[in-house]
Amino acid sequence: MSTRLSKGGRLIDRTKPLSFTFNGRRMKGYHGDTLASALLGAGQTMVGRSFKYHRPRGVMASGAEEPNALVGLGQGGRFEPNQRTTTTELFEGAETISQNHWPSLEFDIGAINNKVARFLPAGFYYKTFMFPRFAWKHVFEPIVRQSAGLGKVPQHRDEDRYEYAYAFADVVIVGGGIAGIASALAAGRAGKRVWLIEQSAHWGGRAVVDGVQIDGQDAGDWVKNAIETLGKMANVTLRGRTMAAGLYDHGYLLAYERIADHTPGDGRPRHRLWRIRAGHVVTATGAIERPLSFAGNDIPGVMLASAVRDYVVNWGVSPGDRTVIVTNSDDAYRTALALLDAGLVVPAVIDARPEAKGELPEAVRARGVRVLAGHGIAKVKGGKEVTGVSVCIQAGEGAEIESIACDAVAMSGGWSPVVHLWSHCGGKLLWDEAQAMFRPDPKRPATGDDGAAMVTAVGAANGILTPHEILADAHRAAGGTGTAPGAVAAVEAPMQPVWIMPQGAGPALRMKMWLDPQNDVKVSDVQLAAREGYESVEHTKRYTTLGMATDQGKISNINGLAVLSDALSQAIPATGTTTFRPPYTPISMGAIAGEARGEIFQPLRRTPMHGWHETHGAHWEPVGQWRRAYCYLRSGEGVHDAVNREIRNTRNAVGLLDASTLGKIIVKGPDAGRFLDMLYTNLMSTLPVGKCRYGLMCTENGFLSDDGVVVRLTEDTWLCHTTTGGAERIHGWMEDWLQCEWWDWKVYTANVTEEYAQVAVAGPNARKLLEKLGGMDVSKEAFPAMEWREGTLGGFRARIYRISFSGELSYEVAVPASEGLAFWEALLKAGEALGVMPYGTEAMHIMRAEKGFIMIGDETDGTVIPQDLNLQWAISKKKDDYLGKRAQERKHMVDPDRWKLVGLETLDGSVIPDGAYAAAEGVNANGQRNMQGRVTSTYFSPTLGKGIAMGLVKRGPDRMGEVLDFPVDNGKVVKARIVDPVFFDKDGEKQNV
Amino acid sequence: MLTLECPYCGVKAEETELTAGGEAHLKRYGPGSSDEDFESYLFVRKNPKGVHFERWRHAYGCGKWFLAARCTATLEVFGTYPAQSKEPPAELQAKIRAKRPNWEGYR
Repeated sequence: MSTRLSKGGRLIDRTKPLSFTFNGRRMKGYHGDTLASALLGAGQTMVGRSFKYHRPRGVMASGAEEPNALVGLGQGGRFEPNQRTTTTELFEGAETISQNHWPSLEFDIGAINNKVARFLPAGFYYKTFMFPRFAWKHVFEPIVRQSAGLGKVPQHRDEDRYEYAYAFADVVIVGGGIAGIASALAAGRAGKRVWLIEQSAHWGGRAVVDGVQIDGQDAGDWVKNAIETLGKMANVTLRGRTMAAGLYDHGYLLAYERIADHTPGDGRPRHRLWRIRAGHVVTATGAIERPLSFAGNDIPGVMLASAVRDYVVNWGVSPGDRTVIVTNSDDAYRTALALLDAGLVVPAVIDARPEAKGELPEAVRARGVRVLAGHGIAKVKGGKEVTGVSVCIQAGEGAEIESIACDAVAMSGGWSPVVHLWSHCGGKLLWDEAQAMFRPDPKRPATGDDGAAMVTAVGAANGILTPHEILADAHRAAGGTGTAPGAVAAVEAPMQPVWIMPQGAGPALRMKMWLDPQNDVKVSDVQLAAREGYESVEHTKRYTTLGMATDQGKISNINGLAVLSDALSQAIPATGTTTFRPPYTPISMGAIAGEARGEIFQPLRRTPMHGWHETHGAHWEPVGQWRRAYCYLRSGEGVHDAVNREIRNTRNAVGLLDASTLGKIIVKGPDAGRFLDMLYTNLMSTLPVGKCRYGLMCTENGFLSDDGVVVRLTEDTWLCHTTTGGAERIHGWMEDWLQCEWWDWKVYTANVTEEYAQVAVAGPNARKLLEKLGGMDVSKEAFPAMEWREGTLGGFRARIYRISFSGELSYEVAVPASEGLAFWEALLKAGEALGVMPYGTEAMHIMRAEKGFIMIGDETDGTVIPQDLNLQWAISKKKDDYLGKRAQERKHMVDPDRWKLVGLETLDGSVIPDGAYAAAEGVNANGQRNMQGRVTSTYFSPTLGKGIAMGLVKRGPDRMGEVLDFPVDNGKVVKARIVDPVFFDKDGEKQNV
Repeated sequence: MLTLECPYCGVKAEETELTAGGEAHLKRYGPGSSDEDFESYLFVRKNPKGVHFERWRHAYGCGKWFLAARCTATLEVFGTYPAQSKEPPAELQAKIRAKRPNWEGYR
């Protein structure tokens, strides 16, 4: 069992004890602990259960690569599952719970999966849940859902805040070990803008634990001095607790700073997402130790050798009283020495190599420890904790030679450089046979916008594992001049790759050799996948789920693909690696969202009258980034009633609509008329000054894209109204053609949408209302329909367009935006006796439908041409060309069978559901019922007291009076008659008064 | 996320400031053109793995459209130039040819 040692621990402060809970049990740790070191120090060796078989699991690593020791951390709005205990700093009052068990960590029903593991091999789910089909919904899915997922989903709104930050640097150095520090010193002294970032809270990496000497000092002292030196350089930025999550195109680096994870609730943002543009990226990301594949290598107490010495040296934690070490290299002997120095027992070092005669093995032998060269572990004994190991010959099949009692096992299978950032943007790897590792191929780096390398790997991340060479490499790569720092460390004999221990292990042992302990993938699973024909490493990964857990296979992938290569009888580089994708370790959803949540999720555009609407019962409707009043609710009134009231009032008295959101684009210049003739389907160049004309715009593919009223302001100036959502898009569309196609045409455009407040004054009393404000002649004779006038209306500078979208006598009045609210209120005041009332967008929609006016986005969906909507009258026959004309000449576009606009009147007066289809006889090639039309707009018309609809129907206008079937829910059929789409005031008597 | 230099304002703009406009140097075919020509104008694109000429707009900057020559495989940017160009500048073509000897030309 693990425990806290009485002394030691370079990172902990024993004068600052901290208390925390694990599954409700109170435990003690120290300032400087991680959750993992605190749990181990408190004797909690078993910390969770595995995903598939629910096997007991303990801490295996000491850093970002940890696959097992994940917990739910926090409470309420600060609860988060799957927190990696090895990288989570301990804080006072931390509340943690273990995962993947029911009812308790010690006694778990799901562990039955472990007993039947033989029947749950790779691909079990794919193979099993196929038949019978009905069982999926009623039997399999509920069970799978119950057992799926890692940890518990948070139930509360996140209490913390998050933010983005931006930075630029000549060089970003990722990794604060001795390599990163040496590179930062070199680049900093060369005067470059340098960022040095480190994912943990401490500088120095492995060297400070491993007793390296640098320039005559202990590595710890050298690191401390170097960080001080860097801190004084104005051109160098140091960021701890900052993990480089991903490298993207052209040196775009995302880094994730965990600001307040260790001080929750202190008011600072919890996480900060750095969006850095780096001239060059130096990855000094180190290497991750690999486990060895022997039976029982997942039992709590089996740890990576480097992690064991981290816990002893950094946190004064003993993983066990008796730790057996198993290795294939000299490096793990350092762990033996660290344990011996702490007064702990190392019963034996089991070395898979035929001989172990290097400096480090000899030093361990000299301390009286047995070194068993050429041996391996046949299996680990124990269940919830290690009780011993069964020793065998590595070359054999696993027959037990002797049994050694122990309570911990430290394993080392070699090192894998952290090549994630190197690979994210296309950097390639090569296989280093001698060290059995994939390392960056310096000839094939990721390249930037200039075609040159944008990433350089240094130190262990570059496959260099000896401190002296690491420092020289890091110094040189960062453009260092003069001599690099020099280091002294023990000389190591070559390692020997070991992919299975023992090499001749039979099926029984291979079924207990864990490759990926988080997702429960074993050697036998990968071998099964190979037998079943999975030759590609990417397919094998998905079939077995190897490396698909939250740790993304940091410790398991290389072992897995080595086993796969062996099963396929091919060399490891022929198998290759799976793709490295960002983020390096999981980042919070909060950090990705940043500040963009709640009210500031996206910008909100407000008309000058927005505040008035808000205080007068506006029921909002989002339209693009605007909010428009759908209707204005009076107390005790429902939405439907409000809409009907607004329509009746507009039809009988006078209504006001805030139309400020309509797009307004000025088009000006000697060639403006010619340009608008190309843009619109109708002629705009012939529009006389003082008049308005309704116009249609199409894409080059012929489809209707926007509509609106065009106004000729002066000889060379037009004002184009667009739909509310279309202003920016249409302005961009105009600029595209002006800049890229007709760049010799003399035309300027300006989007003036927000410069004007615009109010539609509609209804029989509209004229009386404007006359009451006074100042302009709005009589029928002086101001006919489809014309505009400028003047002063009730003291406001106004431009009035006599246009109607409601079918009523209607004036749209534009005033400067700054006077919009005052004008709106003046209209309401002046109109009191005339029955004035604001109306919202729904009333506008229904009134336009009563008049058979189309709406972009309702009657159009990107596949509708103007001819489908019987808008031939708005298409000029005189023009040789306009955008979309050639497309509309295509065979399919002139097909008489096209679906065309008609009105639809239900026989029973009901409202047809929106989007309902009209059924036709027979079925299509897929066995589906043939269709002959669909509903595009449908409303209850309070004016007519019945449902009205518009729709597109095959040859519709030729079929007036025909009754169509619209099948709706539950086999019900609504019958509707094809009618003229103009339901109300067909002759326009109301608007032409 | 790409960075491209806007040839009008000289800003090295990030992709979030830009909007993409697809392949550059297309010839517009209007009324009277053959179905084949119109189809190639509207629908057929080169989509090469390698040197590509594209339209970009500095939408959240100066608002100007410009053209860029870029390698779709390595994301190397060979250069940017004004949209008011009938063909890529000669020196840009020479630069691309020097870097990509097997380049077939922009047409």
